[in-house]
Amino acid sequence: MRVFFLACAAVAAISVGAYYGLHAIGFSASDVASGTAVRLD
Amino acid sequence: MRALLWMALSFMLAWPALAQDTAPDRSSTGGAQTLEDIMARQRGEKLDDSFRRDATGQGNVEALIGQLGTRGVASDSEVFRALRYGSANTTTQASGPTSTLLIQDSGMAWLTFREGPLLTYGLYLLGGMTAVIALFWLIRGRIMIEGAKTGRNIIRFLAIERFAHWLMGVSFIVLGITGLVLIAGRKFILPWMGLEAYATIALAGKWVHNNIAWAFMLGLAMVFVMWVHHNIPDRTDIKWLAKGGGLFSKGVHPPAKKFNAGQKIIFWSVIVLGVSISASGLALLFPFELPMFAKTFNILNMTGLPQLVTGGALPEVLSPYEEMQLSQLWHGIVAFVFIAIIVAHIYLGSVGMEGAIETMATGEVDEQWAKEHHSIWYEEELAKAQAKSGADRATPAE
Repeated sequence: MRVFFLACAAVAAISVGAYYGLHAIGFSASDVASGTAVRLD
Repeated sequence: MRALLWMALSFMLAWPALAQDTAPDRSSTGGAQTLEDIMARQRGEKLDDSFRRDATGQGNVEALIGQLGTRGVASDSEVFRALRYGSANTTTQASGPTSTLLIQDSGMAWLTFREGPLLTYGLYLLGGMTAVIALFWLIRGRIMIEGAKTGRNIIRFLAIERFAHWLMGVSFIVLGITGLVLIAGRKFILPWMGLEAYATIALAGKWVHNNIAWAFMLGLAMVFVMWVHHNIPDRTDIKWLAKGGGLFSKGVHPPAKKFNAGQKIIFWSVIVLGVSISASGLALLFPFELPMFAKTFNILNMTGLPQLVTGGALPEVLSPYEEMQLSQLWHGIVAFVFIAIIVAHIYLGSVGMEGAIETMATGEVDEQWAKEHHSIWYEEELAKAQAKSGADRATPAE
């Protein structure tokens, strides 16, 4: 079962990596609710 | 399976065209829409609205604009209709794929389908699959190893294979649960949980769903590369299928290689559905950046299949919002079919068959299990081991 738990850890690591990776290139669908042309304030 | 789904989607999209009646008499309103048009639209019927769609005055404007340098003769109503049907020559200061689309009215059709048939039939499908598995379990019971276990194990899957399987499997289960919460939660969870609690769960679910998808796609790619050569259909699959894989009767063990025909069906289902759900998922992850339905419909129309099935062609011009809406609906349709198939796979790979879980837990199976379920593969592995053993013995000592 060691491989199973390793895969679980990899899933978590890839998810967090994807989140910060997308932020690093200036995009994340998780946070963007509107375009830059729309002011929310 | 994918072809069937395309046919179903083609039929769904082209059905309104079939339901259109001949043009009604609108002389009483001078060609404008009548009360019956409005009532029919409110009943949800699809109307041939070309009498409005084409009455935008754009032709007059374009003809006169060079001569007069004014708005020409287009009325406010005509301008509104041009905006309404997306035919206005719009320029905006804001840039972006949707900035010049000021009005889009396909949202209600999308929402109605998402909350109606997609959710209803999707849940029926999952419930039906669960019922079939329960019935199978009641009739057949757990599929046991029939011969005596040898106590000798044989390596079935390497660590890297199991890692890829679990990378995809774990992420798929999480994606399935969060996806179901997102599509069905508003109807089934929100009423008893309340707005604020559900909003928190939905937001967290969306974060997880969006980001864990990358692990799924990586696992999918790894599994494809490692197992595709074992999953090419061959003659043994026909024999295996003819005997129902021995699933329905005791003492029947049709020969199989590393993967039997049932596993090959699962493999190709996972690959085809996995690629399709990944493509539509990426289109949702990167809004308006990856439009693919208009292009796909164009290709499908060239085959003549939609016209044959529904009598009408699929739309080849779609607004950015329609592309997103179709991506979301397709993502949901594929997801329900995918989950139903994987539920069956999880059953047979765990409680449904003795010894099956070990293949992915430890990577090793008892020789008797291998003989019964994958006899050709077992013989090949045995021959390899004997050849290796012989070669080792033949190597002279230094």
